[in-house]
Amino acid sequence: LRKNVEDFTGPRERSDLGFVTFDITADILNGKKCIFDWNVKQLFLYLSAEYSTKNNALNQVVLWDKIMLRGDNPRLFLKDMKSKYFFFDDGNGLKGNRNITLTLSWNVVPNAGILPLVTGSGHVSVPFPDTYETTKSY
Amino acid sequence: GPAMDLFGDLRRMNKRQLYYQVLNFAMIVSSALMIWKGLIVVTGSESPIVVVLSGSMEPAFHRGDLLFLTNFHDDPIRAGEIVVFKVEGRDIPIVHRVIKIHEKENGNIKFLTKGDNNEVDDRGLYKEGQNWLEKKDVVGRARGFLPYVGMVTIIMNDYPKFKYALLAVMGAYVLLKRES
Repeated sequence: LRKNVEDFTGPRERSDLGFVTFDITADILNGKKCIFDWNVKQLFLYLSAEYSTKNNALNQVVLWDKIMLRGDNPRLFLKDMKSKYFFFDDGNGLKGNRNITLTLSWNVVPNAGILPLVTGSGHVSVPFPDTYETTKSY
Repeated sequence: GPAMDLFGDLRRMNKRQLYYQVLNFAMIVSSALMIWKGLIVVTGSESPIVVVLSGSMEPAFHRGDLLFLTNFHDDPIRAGEIVVFKVEGRDIPIVHRVIKIHEKENGNIKFLTKGDNNEVDDRGLYKEGQNWLEKKDVVGRARGFLPYVGMVTIIMNDYPKFKYALLAVMGAYVLLKRES
């Protein structure tokens, strides 16, 4: 599982807004077997950013998600993806934050039964720069 | 025919038998209530089983699916989890996914939700001026699910005549059932 990021922050009203672009290379497995067994209807995949700020000990923001149905290819090979959702902080905790961890996780939706949440192995730490960008094309 | 036999049965039952059947019925109802209360205690949720009412979480859940919830106090709320919550002042439980959390060191948490099948997050569903949900709004976390089973409650809600008919049939069965 590998992710590749470049990013910068921009102030919006009074909260930091981060922009992240990423690549995802992933192979979703259940141990060593294919994740799509007879009781798996779909997977809800999501990329979340986790970090700490002065304001909040723990922050998690879902940046991107994808629904993978039984029958789809469990291998992901995505490049230059932009985050689907705005990465707002609750305050100004992104500026200069050196330790934002991006993780890929998924919710297994069975045909019937338990709904587990699984976190993929492999995560990437992303630092945000110390300054704001005043102009950017997105 | 069978209808006349039923009437005949009813008239032949003496008072003692009737009381016995009523007590039997009351026992069944009490046991069901006890099991429900027991589930509430064990799961920590005021409503451990809920029926999905809308299509906002498709294709994972459809209207009529049944969800099993837990609401343990020490269970942290994390991004990606499916929560069932109620907006302050409204009685309808909503089943959506947590997409953002901000948690303070003391454990105080505020979070944002969104239905998988919706374009936008749930801010429009919250109370006027409310931007975040808190632990107190949570009815439970979805831990397991069964498809279709909840359709019965939706049908009973939408067609009350069906509900009364069902109750009448159940009542008649219990009152007239003979124990050999």
